[in-house]
Amino acid sequence: MPLKAVILIGGPQKGTRFRPLSFEVPKPLFPVAGVPMVQHHIEACAKVPGMKEILLMGFYQPHEALSRFLVSAQQEFKIPIRYLQEYAALGTGGGIYHFRDQILSGGAEAFFVLNADVCSEFPLQEMLEFRQQHGDAHSFVILGTTANRTQALNYGCIVANADTQEVLRHYVEKPSTFVSEIINCGIYLFTPAIFQHIGEVFQRNQQELVLEESSNGWQRAEVIRLEQDVFTALAGSGKLYVYKTDGFWSQIKSAGSAIYASRLYLNQYSKSHPERLAQNKPGGPIIRGNVYIHPTASIDSTAVLGPNVSIGEGVTVGAGVRVRESIVLHGASLHDHTCVLNTIVGWDSTIGRWARVEGTPSDPNPNDPYAKIDSETLFRDGRLTPSITILGCSVTIPAEVVILNSIVLPHKELSRSYKNQIIL
Amino acid sequence: MRALILVGGFGTRLRPLTLSRPKPLVEFCNKALLLHQLEAAAGVSHVVLAVSYMSEALGAAMREQEQRLGIRISLSHEKEPLGTAGPLALARDLLAEGGEPFFVLNSDVICEFPFAALARFHRQHGGEGSLVVTRVEEPAKYGVVVSEADTGRICRFVEKPRVFVSNKINAGLYIFNPGILQRIQLRPTSIEKEIFPAMAQEGQLYAMELQGFWMDIGQPKDFLTGMCMYLQALRAQHPEKLHSGPGVVGNVLVDPSAKIGANCVIGPNVTIGAGVVVEDGVRIKRCTVLKGARIRSHSWLESCIVGWSCSVGQWVRMENVTVLGEDVIVNDELYLNGANVLPHKSIAESVPEPRIIM
Repeated sequence: MPLKAVILIGGPQKGTRFRPLSFEVPKPLFPVAGVPMVQHHIEACAKVPGMKEILLMGFYQPHEALSRFLVSAQQEFKIPIRYLQEYAALGTGGGIYHFRDQILSGGAEAFFVLNADVCSEFPLQEMLEFRQQHGDAHSFVILGTTANRTQALNYGCIVANADTQEVLRHYVEKPSTFVSEIINCGIYLFTPAIFQHIGEVFQRNQQELVLEESSNGWQRAEVIRLEQDVFTALAGSGKLYVYKTDGFWSQIKSAGSAIYASRLYLNQYSKSHPERLAQNKPGGPIIRGNVYIHPTASIDSTAVLGPNVSIGEGVTVGAGVRVRESIVLHGASLHDHTCVLNTIVGWDSTIGRWARVEGTPSDPNPNDPYAKIDSETLFRDGRLTPSITILGCSVTIPAEVVILNSIVLPHKELSRSYKNQIIL
Repeated sequence: MRALILVGGFGTRLRPLTLSRPKPLVEFCNKALLLHQLEAAAGVSHVVLAVSYMSEALGAAMREQEQRLGIRISLSHEKEPLGTAGPLALARDLLAEGGEPFFVLNSDVICEFPFAALARFHRQHGGEGSLVVTRVEEPAKYGVVVSEADTGRICRFVEKPRVFVSNKINAGLYIFNPGILQRIQLRPTSIEKEIFPAMAQEGQLYAMELQGFWMDIGQPKDFLTGMCMYLQALRAQHPEKLHSGPGVVGNVLVDPSAKIGANCVIGPNVTIGAGVVVEDGVRIKRCTVLKGARIRSHSWLESCIVGWSCSVGQWVRMENVTVLGEDVIVNDELYLNGANVLPHKSIAESVPEPRIIM
């Protein structure tokens, strides 16, 4: 069966919670477990039999890094990958509706839609099989997972028939009171029939806009959100099903969740890509747990890395350096005896010897199997919430200082210790 | 001559170190505090320690030092705390014996104890008492001594002066004629507030200005400041006692039995005690590491006192007057900022803000 996949990568106005890292690179290209965030999606899509083409869709201007990534991904996965640029932010439904001919070209009988800012096992094959077992050939499938009762309110909540998994009465995006523990993972399987439903919303929007005299210039009929506008209408119609996964899943909204997502992917590497995990070798650094080291990185043999560490291209790690629960981006340099914990070290940043750069992890409650990472607010009661420490690109940290729970914007040269601060 | 050292109580200000041993036995710059005073007291044949608690360790140490220094050391035990003057009355018999002037000193003070000069000064002016004064930068924080410039005769004492009257404060080191004992009764009495003003009024009290450094090291913060001063004085007088070599910066005192690993940078102002092990790649500045402690590799310490037999893990950062009591274990990769840790604790979590760990 000919298949396609659409990966929704958003645009530069999105991903503000990912600042200051999203200043340098589009968020979908931010490396998670050593590879760009969307490469995990592409890899999962490319594995599905019948996959003809993968389309990245968003409203980034043509971007050198993005083009380069597309070329290399096409070569690596041997599948056509294209970028479709929306002329404006059209919403999750509006974008695919606008490009429906591109998506269906070549006779695609079904297609996946994946949000770029999630990390998952991507059980795409399972979603296909599930659809064959349940429902008819034109039904749509949402990937769902279980959340705890309080955190479910932050997601799209799905009420499904326990026997058939049909999305019964209800789909609500971010309800204010409890609706269901089953939440929308932002990964869908559609047939071309979805465009009729989106089209109906489009028609209705147009009529409403005509009726409304005081039509604001910015309101467009083409802006359609799959979740609120389409799924809510489809609930109870017998066409929408939820496939529940117990595999790992998390949103990647904030920079803090990138470290958590890295941990999930690195963990998966032990099965899927053992070659990507660093091993303890004579003359090599000491590796604890899952660690990714780019082949071009230079690591002193007395350094101790892990668990959950990703070291990028051309990174230098000096003698007696300790890194744990962190992402070190390309070109960064960690001088001797530094200690880096729960931190994202930006591109080409330098950390002087004996400096300590430390953040506070925002991991989900480990005792609750259904807990998700909290999309933490930057400030609480007027104070910066302790979170992971982020060094923007080309930040210089002097020797022997401590940087704790801070965010340092790019190109700063610090001269002293900082705690719980945003350093502009 | 005789000397009375006012040791007093439990040294609570220097906790948690004084939970493990009496304050006079806490090593300051690798030597028990008491020994700094005993060894400086040349010409003193009998030392009386005024204590308000009993300690076997102190008794044993005294006997050992009696032998080593060839002097007599006795304890004068207060049943109740007697302040700074009461202990003189309690030890009246010991002090009056022989009719000679005797020294009195505060056990918290560290300086280049000028016993001989003080005795000379005292003989010259012929008054009943002499006290050593030291200059301070901010006299408004202290009680100051106003004295005649040429003779040193003390006119008056002013507590926390609001306008400048003098920058000299009482350094806690005195010499008195036995006659002073008639002024003091056996009850809690402050020598500074009750005895000295009367003596000054009668023109019987003289001030000698101290040369060199002075510090009251009764609190950890001042203990470290005092250490810096002491090491600087050592640099001037006995530079051969200081450590030198690669990775040593400024004034560093290292016991010969201590071991320091490769690629460390130690100093300035560090004291490393007997049997201490500093592993590779450690950075220490402005710290005292007491006997038998171990600092594991790649750690960074500034302005800390590491207690006896402590173990500080790898990649630990400790700063801001962190004090570890005896036998404290700090796990790897932690950050201690101004932590005050009681003895025998194992620390498994960072202490990002100053706090006491019970």
